[in-house]
Amino acid sequence: MDISLPALQRAANEMRTDIIRMLHAAGSGHPGGSLSLIDLLTVVMFRHVKRTAENADDPDRNRFVLSKGHGVPALYAVLARAGVIPHEELLSLRQVDSRLQGHPHNGSVPAVEASTGSLGQGLSIAQGMAMSARLDGKEYRVYCVIGDGETQEGQIWEALLSAAKFRLDNLIVILDYNKGQIDGPTNEIMNLEPLADKIRSFNWEVQEIDGHDMQAIDAALEQARQRGGRPHFIIAHTVKGKGVSFMEHPTEWHGKAPDGEQAAAALKELEALLT
Amino acid sequence: MAKATRVSFGEELAELGATHPNLVVFDADLSKSTQSQLFAAKYPERFFEMGIQEHNMIGAAAGMALSGKTPFICSFSTFVVGRFEVIRMSVGYTSARVTIVGTHCGVAIGEDGYSQMALEDIALMRTLPNMAIIQPADDRETRAAVRFLADYDQPAFLRLTRQGVEDVHDDSYRFAFGKADLLREGNDAVIFATGGVVRNSLTAAELLAQKGLNIRVVNIHTIAPLDIDTVVQAAKETGRVITVEDHSVIGGLGGAVAEVLGEHHPTRMKRIGMHTYGRSGTPGDLYRHYGLDAEGIRKQVEEFLHKG
Repeated sequence: MDISLPALQRAANEMRTDIIRMLHAAGSGHPGGSLSLIDLLTVVMFRHVKRTAENADDPDRNRFVLSKGHGVPALYAVLARAGVIPHEELLSLRQVDSRLQGHPHNGSVPAVEASTGSLGQGLSIAQGMAMSARLDGKEYRVYCVIGDGETQEGQIWEALLSAAKFRLDNLIVILDYNKGQIDGPTNEIMNLEPLADKIRSFNWEVQEIDGHDMQAIDAALEQARQRGGRPHFIIAHTVKGKGVSFMEHPTEWHGKAPDGEQAAAALKELEALLT
Repeated sequence: MAKATRVSFGEELAELGATHPNLVVFDADLSKSTQSQLFAAKYPERFFEMGIQEHNMIGAAAGMALSGKTPFICSFSTFVVGRFEVIRMSVGYTSARVTIVGTHCGVAIGEDGYSQMALEDIALMRTLPNMAIIQPADDRETRAAVRFLADYDQPAFLRLTRQGVEDVHDDSYRFAFGKADLLREGNDAVIFATGGVVRNSLTAAELLAQKGLNIRVVNIHTIAPLDIDTVVQAAKETGRVITVEDHSVIGGLGGAVAEVLGEHHPTRMKRIGMHTYGRSGTPGDLYRHYGLDAEGIRKQVEEFLHKG
Protein backbone atom coordinates (compact mmCIF):
# COMPACT_ATOMS: atom_id res chain seq x y z
CA MET A 1 0.00 0.00 0.00
CA ASP A 2 1.21 3.49 -0.91
CA ILE A 3 1.79 5.37 2.32
CA SER A 4 3.02 8.59 0.80
CA LEU A 5 1.25 11.57 2.27
CA PRO A 6 -0.71 12.44 -0.90
CA ALA A 7 -1.86 8.83 -1.16
CA LEU A 8 -2.87 8.83 2.49
CA GLN A 9 -4.81 12.07 2.06
CA ARG A 10 -6.79 10.37 -0.66
CA ALA A 11 -7.18 7.24 1.48
CA ALA A 12 -8.49 9.34 4.37
CA ASN A 13 -11.13 10.86 2.14
CA GLU A 14 -12.10 7.43 0.85
CA MET A 15 -12.42 6.31 4.46
CA ARG A 16 -14.63 9.34 5.10
CA THR A 17 -17.05 7.77 2.62
CA ASP A 18 -16.78 4.48 4.53
CA ILE A 19 -17.65 6.33 7.73
CA ILE A 20 -20.72 7.95 6.18
CA ARG A 21 -21.90 4.64 4.72
CA MET A 22 -21.35 2.80 8.01
CA LEU A 23 -23.18 5.35 10.10
CA HIS A 24 -26.05 5.58 7.65
CA ALA A 25 -26.39 1.78 7.60
CA ALA A 26 -26.20 1.60 11.38
CA GLY A 27 -28.72 4.40 11.85
CA SER A 28 -26.78 5.75 14.83
CA GLY A 29 -23.24 6.67 15.84
CA HIS A 30 -20.85 9.61 15.88
CA PRO A 31 -19.97 11.21 12.54
CA GLY A 32 -18.52 14.51 13.82
CA GLY A 33 -15.74 13.01 15.91
CA SER A 34 -15.02 10.24 13.40
CA LEU A 35 -14.53 12.73 10.56
CA SER A 36 -12.35 15.02 12.71
CA LEU A 37 -10.19 12.02 13.64
CA ILE A 38 -9.67 10.24 10.34
CA ASP A 39 -6.74 12.28 8.99
CA LEU A 40 -4.84 11.86 12.26
CA LEU A 41 -5.65 8.18 12.47
CA THR A 42 -4.59 7.54 8.88
CA VAL A 43 -1.12 9.00 9.40
CA VAL A 44 -0.71 7.42 12.82
CA MET A 45 -1.74 3.93 11.79
CA PHE A 46 -0.14 3.63 8.35
CA ARG A 47 3.10 5.56 8.83
CA HIS A 48 3.87 5.16 12.54
CA VAL A 49 1.99 2.29 14.20
CA LYS A 50 2.26 0.46 10.86
CA ARG A 51 -0.62 -1.85 11.64
CA THR A 52 -1.14 -4.88 9.38
CA ALA A 53 -3.12 -8.09 9.74
CA GLU A 54 0.20 -9.91 10.21
CA ASN A 55 1.52 -7.81 13.08
CA ALA A 56 -1.75 -7.35 14.99
CA ASP A 57 -0.66 -9.89 17.63
CA ASP A 58 3.09 -9.36 17.49
CA PRO A 59 4.35 -8.75 21.05
CA ASP A 60 6.78 -6.15 19.68
CA ARG A 61 4.17 -4.22 17.67
CA ASN A 62 3.51 -0.56 18.19
CA ARG A 63 0.25 -0.13 20.08
CA PHE A 64 -2.68 2.15 19.35
CA VAL A 65 -5.44 2.92 21.85
CA LEU A 66 -8.48 4.94 20.81
CA SER A 67 -9.41 6.48 24.13
CA LYS A 68 -12.19 8.56 22.54
CA GLY A 69 -14.04 5.36 21.75
CA HIS A 70 -16.98 7.00 20.02
CA GLY A 71 -14.66 7.64 17.05
CA VAL A 72 -14.51 3.91 16.40
CA PRO A 73 -16.03 4.06 12.88
CA ALA A 74 -12.79 5.78 11.82
CA LEU A 75 -10.77 3.00 13.45
CA TYR A 76 -12.81 0.26 11.76
CA ALA A 77 -12.37 2.01 8.40
CA VAL A 78 -8.59 2.06 8.95
CA LEU A 79 -8.50 -1.59 10.06
CA ALA A 80 -10.46 -2.57 6.95
CA ARG A 81 -7.99 -0.72 4.73
CA ALA A 82 -5.10 -2.34 6.62
CA GLY A 83 -6.58 -5.74 5.82
CA VAL A 84 -7.31 -6.61 9.46
CA ILE A 85 -11.05 -6.89 8.84
CA PRO A 86 -12.91 -7.38 5.54
CA HIS A 87 -14.10 -4.14 3.99
CA GLU A 88 -17.61 -5.47 3.42
CA GLU A 89 -17.96 -6.09 7.16
CA LEU A 90 -17.98 -2.34 7.83
CA LEU A 91 -21.66 -2.06 6.97
CA SER A 92 -22.51 -4.45 9.82
CA LEU A 93 -21.54 -1.79 12.39
CA ARG A 94 -23.69 -1.88 15.54
CA GLN A 95 -25.80 -4.85 14.41
CA VAL A 96 -26.53 -7.64 16.86
CA ASP A 97 -24.59 -10.34 15.02
CA SER A 98 -21.64 -8.10 14.10
CA ARG A 99 -18.17 -7.99 15.63
CA LEU A 100 -18.21 -4.23 15.17
CA GLN A 101 -19.42 -2.94 18.50
CA GLY A 102 -20.65 0.64 18.81
CA HIS A 103 -17.58 1.44 20.89
CA PRO A 104 -14.23 -0.42 20.85
CA HIS A 105 -14.08 -3.86 22.46
CA ASN A 106 -10.75 -5.64 22.46
CA GLY A 107 -12.35 -9.08 22.59
CA SER A 108 -14.36 -8.57 19.41
CA VAL A 109 -12.02 -7.24 16.72
CA PRO A 110 -8.29 -7.91 16.18
CA ALA A 111 -6.06 -4.85 16.57
CA VAL A 112 -8.54 -3.13 18.86
CA GLU A 113 -6.12 -2.99 21.76
CA ALA A 114 -8.47 -1.97 24.57
CA SER A 115 -12.12 -1.55 25.44
CA THR A 116 -12.97 2.13 25.56
CA GLY A 117 -15.93 4.42 25.19
CA SER A 118 -16.32 5.33 28.82
CA LEU A 119 -14.23 8.47 28.51
CA GLY A 120 -10.97 9.05 30.34
CA GLN A 121 -9.85 5.43 30.61
CA GLY A 122 -7.88 4.63 27.46
CA LEU A 123 -4.95 6.87 28.29
CA SER A 124 -4.28 4.99 31.53
CA ILE A 125 -4.31 1.71 29.61
CA ALA A 126 -1.92 3.13 27.00
CA GLN A 127 0.30 4.28 29.82
CA GLY A 128 0.38 0.74 31.25
CA MET A 129 1.42 -0.59 27.84
CA ALA A 130 4.23 1.97 27.70
CA MET A 131 5.33 1.00 31.21
CA SER A 132 5.38 -2.64 30.15
CA ALA A 133 7.56 -1.84 27.12
CA ARG A 134 9.95 0.01 29.39
CA LEU A 135 10.08 -2.87 31.88
CA ASP A 136 10.84 -5.37 29.12
CA GLY A 137 13.37 -3.12 27.38
CA LYS A 138 11.27 -3.19 24.20
CA GLU A 139 11.37 -0.52 21.54
CA TYR A 140 7.72 -0.33 20.64
CA ARG A 141 5.76 2.88 21.06
CA VAL A 142 2.25 3.40 22.31
CA TYR A 143 -0.01 5.88 20.53
CA CYS A 144 -3.22 7.09 22.09
CA VAL A 145 -5.88 9.46 20.74
CA ILE A 146 -7.99 11.32 23.27
CA GLY A 147 -10.84 13.75 22.75
CA ASP A 148 -11.16 17.30 24.00
CA GLY A 149 -14.39 16.70 25.89
CA GLU A 150 -12.70 13.62 27.31
CA THR A 151 -9.87 15.77 28.60
CA GLN A 152 -12.30 17.14 31.17
CA GLU A 153 -12.15 13.75 32.93
CA GLY A 154 -10.06 13.59 36.09
CA GLN A 155 -8.50 10.28 35.09
CA ILE A 156 -6.84 11.98 32.09
CA TRP A 157 -5.03 14.32 34.46
CA GLU A 158 -4.03 11.44 36.70
CA ALA A 159 -2.40 9.79 33.70
CA LEU A 160 -0.77 13.07 32.63
CA LEU A 161 0.83 13.30 36.07
CA SER A 162 2.00 9.72 36.25
CA ALA A 163 3.27 9.24 32.67
CA ALA A 164 5.64 12.14 33.32
CA LYS A 165 6.72 10.63 36.62
CA PHE A 166 7.58 7.35 34.89
CA ARG A 167 9.37 9.25 32.08
CA LEU A 168 7.38 7.46 29.38
CA ASP A 169 8.96 8.95 26.27
CA ASN A 170 7.56 5.93 24.36
CA LEU A 171 4.04 7.25 24.90
CA ILE A 172 2.56 9.59 22.27
CA VAL A 173 -0.80 11.18 22.96
CA ILE A 174 -2.70 12.94 20.19
CA LEU A 175 -5.58 15.20 21.15
CA ASP A 176 -8.33 15.39 18.53
CA TYR A 177 -9.21 18.95 19.46
CA ASN A 178 -12.42 19.42 17.49
CA LYS A 179 -13.85 21.99 19.89
CA GLY A 180 -17.23 20.36 20.34
CA GLN A 181 -19.01 17.99 22.65
CA ILE A 182 -22.61 16.85 23.07
CA ASP A 183 -23.95 19.75 25.08
CA GLY A 184 -22.07 22.52 23.29
CA PRO A 185 -18.71 24.04 22.38
CA THR A 186 -15.91 22.66 24.55
CA ASN A 187 -14.74 26.11 25.62
CA GLU A 188 -18.21 26.83 27.00
CA ILE A 189 -18.93 23.46 28.57
CA MET A 190 -15.62 23.22 30.45
CA ASN A 191 -12.80 25.22 28.92
CA LEU A 192 -9.42 23.47 28.61
CA GLU A 193 -7.37 26.57 27.78
CA PRO A 194 -4.61 27.46 28.14
CA LEU A 195 -4.06 23.80 27.32
CA ALA A 196 -0.52 23.70 25.90
CA ASP A 197 0.75 25.55 28.97
CA LYS A 198 -1.03 23.14 31.28
CA ILE A 199 0.40 20.05 29.61
CA ARG A 200 3.91 21.53 29.43
CA SER A 201 3.72 22.32 33.12
CA PHE A 202 3.04 18.59 33.66
CA ASN A 203 6.50 17.91 32.12
CA TRP A 204 5.37 16.69 28.72
CA GLU A 205 6.78 17.57 25.29
CA VAL A 206 3.99 19.49 23.60
CA GLN A 207 3.41 20.26 19.93
CA GLU A 208 0.47 22.06 18.40
CA ILE A 209 -0.59 21.37 14.81
CA ASP A 210 -3.37 21.51 12.26
CA GLY A 211 -4.87 18.05 12.57
CA HIS A 212 -5.96 17.97 8.95
CA ASP A 213 -2.55 18.82 7.46
CA MET A 214 -1.04 15.42 6.65
CA GLN A 215 2.50 16.80 6.49
CA ALA A 216 2.14 18.56 9.82
CA ILE A 217 0.72 15.43 11.42
CA ASP A 218 3.53 13.30 10.08
CA ALA A 219 6.21 15.80 11.08
CA ALA A 220 4.84 16.02 14.62
CA LEU A 221 4.80 12.23 14.94
CA GLU A 222 8.38 12.09 13.65
CA GLN A 223 9.38 14.68 16.22
CA ALA A 224 7.62 12.62 18.90
CA ARG A 225 9.95 9.70 18.26
CA GLN A 226 12.58 11.49 20.32
CA ARG A 227 13.50 9.68 23.52
CA GLY A 228 14.23 12.57 25.83
CA GLY A 229 12.64 11.26 28.99
CA ARG A 230 9.34 13.08 28.55
CA PRO A 231 6.07 11.75 27.13
CA HIS A 232 4.72 13.42 24.00
CA PHE A 233 1.48 15.34 23.60
CA ILE A 234 0.31 16.57 20.22
CA ILE A 235 -2.53 19.07 20.27
CA ALA A 236 -4.16 18.55 16.89
CA HIS A 237 -6.63 21.29 16.02
CA THR A 238 -9.40 19.68 14.04
CA VAL A 239 -12.84 20.44 12.68
CA LYS A 240 -15.72 18.33 13.82
CA GLY A 241 -17.41 16.76 10.78
CA LYS A 242 -14.42 17.68 8.58
CA GLY A 243 -14.97 17.06 4.86
CA VAL A 244 -18.76 17.29 4.78
CA SER A 245 -19.79 20.96 4.72
CA PHE A 246 -23.07 20.59 6.56
CA MET A 247 -21.51 18.41 9.26
CA GLU A 248 -18.78 20.91 10.06
CA HIS A 249 -20.40 22.17 13.22
CA PRO A 250 -19.22 21.84 16.83
CA THR A 251 -22.20 19.95 18.18
CA GLU A 252 -24.96 19.22 15.72
CA TRP A 253 -23.36 16.09 14.25
CA HIS A 254 -21.75 14.72 17.39
CA GLY A 255 -24.03 11.73 17.79
CA LYS A 256 -26.48 11.65 14.91
CA ALA A 257 -26.39 9.38 11.87
CA PRO A 258 -27.16 10.79 8.41
CA ASP A 259 -30.45 9.74 6.85
CA GLY A 260 -30.57 8.61 3.22
CA GLU A 261 -30.71 12.08 1.75
CA GLN A 262 -28.00 13.43 4.03
CA ALA A 263 -25.76 10.44 3.38
CA ALA A 264 -26.16 10.92 -0.38
CA ALA A 265 -25.33 14.62 -0.08
CA ALA A 266 -22.28 13.85 2.09
CA LEU A 267 -21.00 11.16 -0.29
CA LYS A 268 -21.43 13.54 -3.24
CA GLU A 269 -19.22 16.12 -1.53
CA LEU A 270 -16.62 13.54 -0.52
CA GLU A 271 -16.53 11.91 -3.94
CA ALA A 272 -15.88 15.34 -5.44
CA LEU A 273 -12.69 15.43 -3.35
CA LEU A 274 -11.60 12.13 -4.89
CA THR A 275 -11.88 13.04 -8.55
CA MET B 1 -1.58 -16.81 66.29
CA ALA B 2 -3.93 -14.22 64.88
CA LYS B 3 -2.54 -12.86 61.66
CA ALA B 4 -4.09 -10.38 59.27
CA THR B 5 -4.75 -11.83 55.83
CA ARG B 6 -3.18 -8.71 54.30
CA VAL B 7 0.11 -9.70 55.96
CA SER B 8 -0.11 -13.27 54.68
CA PHE B 9 -0.81 -11.81 51.24
CA GLY B 10 2.18 -9.45 51.34
CA GLU B 11 4.55 -12.19 52.43
CA GLU B 12 3.36 -14.67 49.83
CA LEU B 13 3.42 -12.10 47.02
CA ALA B 14 7.03 -11.21 47.84
CA GLU B 15 7.94 -14.91 47.65
CA LEU B 16 6.18 -15.33 44.31
CA GLY B 17 8.30 -12.59 42.78
CA ALA B 18 11.11 -15.12 42.41
CA THR B 19 9.14 -17.68 40.42
CA HIS B 20 6.90 -15.26 38.50
CA PRO B 21 9.03 -12.81 36.50
CA ASN B 22 5.93 -11.27 34.90
CA LEU B 23 4.41 -10.42 38.27
CA VAL B 24 4.07 -6.63 38.72
CA VAL B 25 2.56 -4.87 41.70
CA PHE B 26 0.87 -1.48 41.96
CA ASP B 27 -0.16 0.50 44.99
CA ALA B 28 -1.84 3.86 45.55
CA ASP B 29 0.04 5.27 48.53
CA LEU B 30 -0.99 2.51 50.92
CA SER B 31 1.80 -0.04 50.47
CA LYS B 32 2.62 -0.03 54.17
CA SER B 33 -0.99 -0.91 54.96
CA THR B 34 -1.73 -3.33 52.14
CA GLN B 35 1.70 -4.96 52.71
CA SER B 36 2.66 -4.67 49.07
CA GLN B 37 5.74 -2.98 50.57
CA LEU B 38 7.22 -6.46 51.09
CA PHE B 39 7.22 -7.07 47.33
CA ALA B 40 8.38 -3.49 46.69
CA ALA B 41 11.44 -3.99 48.89
CA LYS B 42 12.51 -7.14 47.04
CA TYR B 43 11.55 -6.19 43.50
CA PRO B 44 11.56 -2.39 43.23
CA GLU B 45 11.73 -2.47 39.42
CA ARG B 46 8.45 -4.38 39.31
CA PHE B 47 6.65 -2.25 41.87
CA PHE B 48 4.79 0.89 40.78
CA GLU B 49 3.84 3.56 43.25
CA MET B 50 0.91 5.33 41.59
CA GLY B 51 0.20 7.90 44.24
CA ILE B 52 -3.37 8.50 45.25
CA GLN B 53 -4.77 7.71 41.80
CA GLU B 54 -6.90 4.62 41.95
CA HIS B 55 -8.59 5.16 38.56
CA ASN B 56 -5.26 5.51 36.83
CA MET B 57 -3.77 2.56 38.71
CA ILE B 58 -6.57 0.28 37.52
CA GLY B 59 -6.12 1.39 33.91
CA ALA B 60 -2.32 1.19 33.92
CA ALA B 61 -2.51 -2.32 35.35
CA ALA B 62 -4.94 -3.28 32.59
CA GLY B 63 -2.47 -1.97 30.01
CA MET B 64 0.28 -4.04 31.63
CA ALA B 65 -1.94 -7.13 31.59
CA LEU B 66 -2.67 -6.57 27.89
CA SER B 67 1.11 -6.51 27.35
CA GLY B 68 1.74 -9.87 28.99
CA LYS B 69 2.24 -8.94 32.64
CA THR B 70 0.47 -10.31 35.70
CA PRO B 71 -0.52 -7.24 37.73
CA PHE B 72 -1.70 -7.17 41.33
CA ILE B 73 -3.10 -3.78 42.32
CA CYS B 74 -3.47 -2.94 45.97
CA SER B 75 -5.43 -0.44 48.03
CA PHE B 76 -8.10 -0.32 50.67
CA SER B 77 -10.99 -2.22 49.16
CA THR B 78 -13.42 0.68 49.28
CA PHE B 79 -11.00 3.02 47.51
CA VAL B 80 -10.23 0.67 44.64
CA VAL B 81 -13.62 -1.01 44.19
CA GLY B 82 -15.20 2.43 44.61
CA ARG B 83 -13.69 3.19 41.18
CA PHE B 84 -15.99 0.49 39.91
CA GLU B 85 -16.74 1.93 36.51
CA VAL B 86 -13.06 1.77 35.58
CA ILE B 87 -12.88 -1.83 36.81
CA ARG B 88 -15.98 -2.64 34.79
CA MET B 89 -14.57 -1.24 31.53
CA SER B 90 -10.79 -1.45 31.75
CA VAL B 91 -10.52 -4.78 33.59
CA GLY B 92 -13.81 -6.67 33.30
CA TYR B 93 -15.00 -5.94 29.75
CA THR B 94 -11.38 -5.85 28.59
CA SER B 95 -10.75 -9.33 30.13
CA ALA B 96 -7.49 -8.01 31.56
CA ARG B 97 -5.82 -10.45 33.97
CA VAL B 98 -5.60 -7.97 36.82
CA THR B 99 -5.93 -9.12 40.42
CA ILE B 100 -7.53 -6.35 42.45
CA VAL B 101 -6.44 -6.68 46.06
CA GLY B 102 -8.77 -4.89 48.47
CA THR B 103 -7.53 -4.82 52.03
CA HIS B 104 -9.22 -3.25 55.07
CA CYS B 105 -12.59 -4.76 54.31
CA GLY B 106 -15.52 -4.62 56.66
CA VAL B 107 -16.26 -2.88 59.95
CA ALA B 108 -13.37 -4.73 61.59
CA ILE B 109 -10.95 -2.04 60.43
CA GLY B 110 -12.16 -0.25 63.54
CA GLU B 111 -11.56 3.30 64.68
CA ASP B 112 -11.11 4.96 61.27
CA GLY B 113 -14.82 4.53 60.73
CA TYR B 114 -17.10 4.13 57.75
CA SER B 115 -15.18 6.12 55.13
CA GLN B 116 -12.39 3.52 55.12
CA MET B 117 -14.64 0.44 55.44
CA ALA B 118 -15.58 -1.60 52.38
CA LEU B 119 -19.10 -2.90 52.99
CA GLU B 120 -20.40 -2.94 49.41
CA ASP B 121 -17.39 -4.18 47.43
CA ILE B 122 -18.48 -7.81 47.02
CA ALA B 123 -21.91 -6.69 45.85
CA LEU B 124 -20.42 -4.50 43.14
CA MET B 125 -17.85 -7.02 41.94
CA ARG B 126 -20.38 -9.86 41.78
CA THR B 127 -22.16 -8.11 38.92
CA LEU B 128 -19.19 -8.53 36.56
CA PRO B 129 -19.65 -11.84 34.70
CA ASN B 130 -15.94 -12.75 34.53
CA MET B 131 -14.77 -11.47 37.91
CA ALA B 132 -13.51 -14.13 40.33
CA ILE B 133 -13.98 -13.14 43.98
CA ILE B 134 -11.89 -14.76 46.71
CA GLN B 135 -12.06 -13.93 50.40
CA PRO B 136 -9.76 -16.16 52.47
CA ALA B 137 -10.34 -16.93 56.12
CA ASP B 138 -6.83 -17.37 57.50
CA ASP B 139 -3.11 -17.35 56.78
CA ARG B 140 -2.84 -20.70 54.98
CA GLU B 141 -5.84 -20.04 52.82
CA THR B 142 -4.62 -16.56 51.91
CA ARG B 143 -1.21 -17.85 50.83
CA ALA B 144 -2.81 -20.57 48.72
CA ALA B 145 -5.21 -18.06 47.13
CA VAL B 146 -2.37 -15.70 46.25
CA ARG B 147 -0.42 -18.55 44.67
CA PHE B 148 -3.51 -19.51 42.69
CA LEU B 149 -4.10 -15.94 41.49
CA ALA B 150 -0.51 -15.50 40.33
CA ASP B 151 -1.27 -18.11 37.65
CA TYR B 152 -4.90 -17.16 37.03
CA ASP B 153 -5.46 -15.50 33.66
CA GLN B 154 -8.75 -13.65 34.23
CA PRO B 155 -9.91 -10.63 36.26
CA ALA B 156 -10.02 -11.32 39.99
CA PHE B 157 -10.79 -9.62 43.29
CA LEU B 158 -9.04 -10.67 46.52
CA ARG B 159 -10.68 -9.30 49.68
CA LEU B 160 -8.48 -9.12 52.77
CA THR B 161 -8.66 -8.13 56.40
CA ARG B 162 -6.87 -5.46 58.35
CA GLN B 163 -7.40 -7.36 61.60
CA GLY B 164 -5.67 -10.56 62.67
CA VAL B 165 -7.64 -13.75 62.18
CA GLU B 166 -7.14 -17.05 63.99
CA ASP B 167 -6.36 -20.13 61.93
CA VAL B 168 -9.25 -22.30 60.84
CA HIS B 169 -7.04 -24.63 58.79
CA ASP B 170 -4.01 -26.80 59.53
CA ASP B 171 -1.13 -27.81 57.29
CA SER B 172 -3.21 -30.49 55.60
CA TYR B 173 -5.44 -27.83 53.99
CA ARG B 174 -5.65 -27.74 50.20
CA PHE B 175 -7.31 -24.66 48.66
CA ALA B 176 -9.53 -25.44 45.66
CA PHE B 177 -10.75 -22.43 43.69
CA GLY B 178 -14.54 -22.41 43.38
CA LYS B 179 -15.04 -25.24 45.89
CA ALA B 180 -16.65 -24.58 49.26
CA ASP B 181 -14.67 -25.70 52.30
CA LEU B 182 -16.50 -27.79 54.91
CA LEU B 183 -15.16 -26.92 58.36
CA ARG B 184 -17.68 -28.58 60.64
CA GLU B 185 -20.32 -31.28 60.21
CA GLY B 186 -23.89 -30.86 61.42
CA ASN B 187 -27.46 -31.27 60.17
CA ASP B 188 -29.60 -28.88 62.24
CA ALA B 189 -28.62 -25.88 60.12
CA VAL B 190 -25.75 -24.68 57.96
CA ILE B 191 -23.72 -21.52 58.34
CA PHE B 192 -22.03 -20.24 55.20
CA ALA B 193 -19.35 -17.81 56.31
CA THR B 194 -16.59 -15.89 54.54
CA GLY B 195 -13.43 -14.02 55.45
CA GLY B 196 -12.61 -12.68 58.87
CA VAL B 197 -15.84 -13.92 60.49
CA VAL B 198 -15.33 -17.60 59.65
CA ARG B 199 -13.51 -18.22 62.94
CA ASN B 200 -16.33 -16.47 64.86
CA SER B 201 -18.90 -18.60 63.06
CA LEU B 202 -17.07 -21.79 64.05
CA THR B 203 -16.96 -20.65 67.66
CA ALA B 204 -20.66 -19.85 67.53
CA ALA B 205 -21.32 -23.38 66.25
CA GLU B 206 -19.29 -24.78 69.15
CA LEU B 207 -21.36 -22.73 71.62
CA LEU B 208 -24.57 -24.02 70.02
CA ALA B 209 -23.30 -27.60 70.23
CA GLN B 210 -23.33 -27.20 74.01
CA LYS B 211 -27.09 -26.65 73.66
CA GLY B 212 -27.52 -29.73 71.51
CA LEU B 213 -27.65 -27.96 68.15
CA ASN B 214 -25.39 -29.42 65.47
CA ILE B 215 -24.54 -26.67 63.05
CA ARG B 216 -22.64 -27.31 59.85
CA VAL B 217 -20.09 -24.61 59.02
CA VAL B 218 -18.95 -24.08 55.45
CA ASN B 219 -16.25 -21.58 54.54
CA ILE B 220 -17.03 -19.84 51.24
CA HIS B 221 -13.61 -18.54 50.19
CA THR B 222 -14.66 -18.30 46.55
CA ILE B 223 -17.75 -16.11 46.34
CA ALA B 224 -17.62 -16.00 42.54
CA PRO B 225 -17.95 -18.44 40.95
CA LEU B 226 -20.03 -19.77 43.85
CA ASP B 227 -20.03 -23.50 44.60
CA ILE B 228 -23.72 -23.89 43.80
CA ASP B 229 -23.80 -27.68 44.27
CA THR B 230 -22.46 -27.51 47.81
CA VAL B 231 -24.78 -24.65 48.77
CA VAL B 232 -27.87 -26.43 47.44
CA GLN B 233 -26.90 -29.79 48.93
CA ALA B 234 -26.30 -28.28 52.38
CA ALA B 235 -29.67 -26.49 52.21
CA LYS B 236 -31.38 -29.77 51.31
CA GLU B 237 -29.65 -31.68 54.10
CA THR B 238 -30.14 -29.13 56.89
CA GLY B 239 -33.26 -27.17 55.92
CA ARG B 240 -32.01 -23.97 57.57
CA VAL B 241 -29.39 -21.62 56.11
CA ILE B 242 -27.46 -18.81 57.77
CA THR B 243 -24.90 -16.58 56.06
CA VAL B 244 -22.26 -14.59 57.96
CA GLU B 245 -20.09 -11.85 56.48
CA ASP B 246 -18.47 -8.55 57.36
CA HIS B 247 -20.22 -6.82 54.43
CA SER B 248 -23.69 -5.60 53.56
CA VAL B 249 -26.29 -8.37 53.65
CA ILE B 250 -27.38 -6.98 50.27
CA GLY B 251 -25.47 -8.41 47.34
CA GLY B 252 -22.70 -10.12 49.26
CA LEU B 253 -22.47 -13.76 50.35
CA GLY B 254 -26.00 -13.57 51.79
CA GLY B 255 -27.33 -12.22 48.54
CA ALA B 256 -25.44 -14.78 46.48
CA VAL B 257 -26.71 -17.72 48.54
CA ALA B 258 -30.27 -16.35 48.52
CA GLU B 259 -30.20 -16.06 44.73
CA VAL B 260 -29.00 -19.62 44.30
CA LEU B 261 -31.47 -21.11 46.78
CA GLY B 262 -34.33 -19.01 45.40
CA GLU B 263 -33.80 -20.68 42.04
CA HIS B 264 -32.75 -24.18 43.06
CA HIS B 265 -34.10 -24.98 46.51
CA PRO B 266 -36.04 -22.27 48.41
CA THR B 267 -34.98 -22.50 52.04
CA ARG B 268 -35.57 -20.32 55.09
CA MET B 269 -32.55 -18.09 55.55
CA LYS B 270 -30.98 -15.71 58.02
CA ARG B 271 -28.42 -13.26 56.63
CA ILE B 272 -26.01 -11.99 59.27
CA GLY B 273 -23.95 -9.00 58.23
CA MET B 274 -24.25 -5.25 57.90
CA HIS B 275 -27.63 -3.56 57.51
CA THR B 276 -26.40 0.03 58.04
CA TYR B 277 -23.38 2.21 57.38
CA GLY B 278 -20.52 1.50 59.77
CA ARG B 279 -19.05 3.65 62.55
CA SER B 280 -15.89 4.12 64.63
CA GLY B 281 -14.93 1.84 67.49
CA THR B 282 -12.47 -0.88 68.36
CA PRO B 283 -12.83 -3.93 66.10
CA GLY B 284 -13.98 -5.99 69.08
CA ASP B 285 -16.58 -3.43 70.14
CA LEU B 286 -17.83 -3.10 66.57
CA TYR B 287 -18.26 -6.87 66.15
CA ARG B 288 -20.23 -6.94 69.40
CA HIS B 289 -22.25 -3.89 68.31
CA TYR B 290 -23.20 -5.41 64.96
CA GLY B 291 -23.59 -9.00 66.14
CA LEU B 292 -20.61 -10.36 64.22
CA ASP B 293 -18.69 -11.73 67.23
CA ALA B 294 -19.16 -15.41 68.15
CA GLU B 295 -21.73 -14.60 70.83
CA GLY B 296 -23.71 -12.32 68.50
CA ILE B 297 -23.74 -14.97 65.78
CA ARG B 298 -24.77 -17.66 68.30
CA LYS B 299 -27.64 -15.55 69.54
CA GLN B 300 -28.97 -14.72 66.08
CA VAL B 301 -28.70 -18.34 64.90
CA GLU B 302 -30.49 -19.60 68.00
CA GLU B 303 -33.32 -17.08 67.62
CA PHE B 304 -33.64 -18.00 63.96
CA LEU B 305 -33.83 -21.72 64.69
CA HIS B 306 -36.31 -21.29 67.53
CA LYS B 307 -38.70 -19.44 65.25
CA GLY B 308 -39.27 -22.86 63.72
